Amino acid sequence: MNTTLSIDQIWKLLHSIPDPEVPAISIVELGVVRNVEFTDADVVITMTPTYSGCPALKAMEDDIKSTLSKEGINSVKVKMVYKPAWTTDWLSEETKAKLEAYGIAPPVGRSSDQLLPFATLKTKVSCPFCKSENTKLTSQFGSTACKALYYCDGCHQPFEHFKCH
Amino acid sequence: MEEKELIKEYCLRLGDNGLILGHRLSEWCGHGPILEEDIAMSNMALDLIGQARGFLGYAATLEGKGRTEDDLAYHRDAREFRNRMLTEIPNGDFAVTMMRSFLFSAMAYLHFKALTKSKDETLSGLAEKSLKEVTYHLRHSSQWIIRLGDGTAESHEKAQTALEELWMYTEELFETDEVDTALIKSGIAPDLSSLKKEWMTMVEEILYKATLKKPEMNTYQSKGGIKGNHTEHLGFLLAEMQFLPRAYPGTSW
Repeated sequence: MNTTLSIDQIWKLLHSIPDPEVPAISIVELGVVRNVEFTDADVVITMTPTYSGCPALKAMEDDIKSTLSKEGINSVKVKMVYKPAWTTDWLSEETKAKLEAYGIAPPVGRSSDQLLPFATLKTKVSCPFCKSENTKLTSQFGSTACKALYYCDGCHQPFEHFKCH
Repeated sequence: MEEKELIKEYCLRLGDNGLILGHRLSEWCGHGPILEEDIAMSNMALDLIGQARGFLGYAATLEGKGRTEDDLAYHRDAREFRNRMLTEIPNGDFAVTMMRSFLFSAMAYLHFKALTKSKDETLSGLAEKSLKEVTYHLRHSSQWIIRLGDGTAESHEKAQTALEELWMYTEELFETDEVDTALIKSGIAPDLSSLKKEWMTMVEEILYKATLKKPEMNTYQSKGGIKGNHTEHLGFLLAEMQFLPRAYPGTSW
């Protein structure tokens, strides 16, 4: 691959690309970029989807290509892998704080808590606005595949929760 | 059949399940009984169509004839579809839609869980991904079954009717053939028939909570989706789903 940029510099560039649906965090912070490597002819970016049908994937791919193209890298291949499956366990505490500051309650608990379909989930989701734990689930599905809808009985505001997945 | 061919056939079954049930759920978009539920069904549809892309894409790669996931989705006729019949049954009322999702997701949950142990890396990866999603679908639909069944007299009756209407397609969820036999032997696929007992336990647990009565075991059961035998409903579904790419080949927007 004919470029003066290093792998690290490419990671930095990717870090500047916001998630198309949750622009408060970058696609790297979201955990969907798994690997960056050079082959003879291309930069190969390996990605994994958050949810199988996430419509933002295409937008992310386009954003990656246009960002790298501005740096003179035009031969970019985006490879999709399914394993290991994306999980919110990969979100750092810093990323979770960014979500909360943006008004989205971050995931609570570990992904493995979610494996039993009939178990009652005991996790408490705090309101991102007033921090009250007096909240309730309105809908398990929200405006995007990765979010659920909640209502805060403390400040009487509806809010979105980034589901633990 | 060569192993590649067997896995391709297996992927068509899984991919078509997702594609057809995903399309059915998408028909609710804009018609849901409440906004949250409209969004929920569209979200589940998206997950299922996403899963279909993964499995059909892999099927197309294994086939190696230059066909894509889109070709498989839009340019096959009903007899070439390998989905379980339950997934093609029309939406009916909300109780039918939720009962169909519940009965199907319980099977898909067990199936994907077992398939994560497949010796085929791509299959186990796709299964790991899909498992998380169908767990969510199962949680959602089972909660609705309890609310409907243990709700008002009317919602109870509708849920019971839905269960009785759909029961004849449940045995077929576990139907296997020589493709399964060969793939079980090579450690690529789990034995579906061994999952049926666990499925029944899960279904019974929810039906009990929902105060619904499980239909008689010896009722008539439809068979043959994996061999391309379908109800009359599939053709109509495909007519709508495939119209655009067939009328305007190669179109994009």
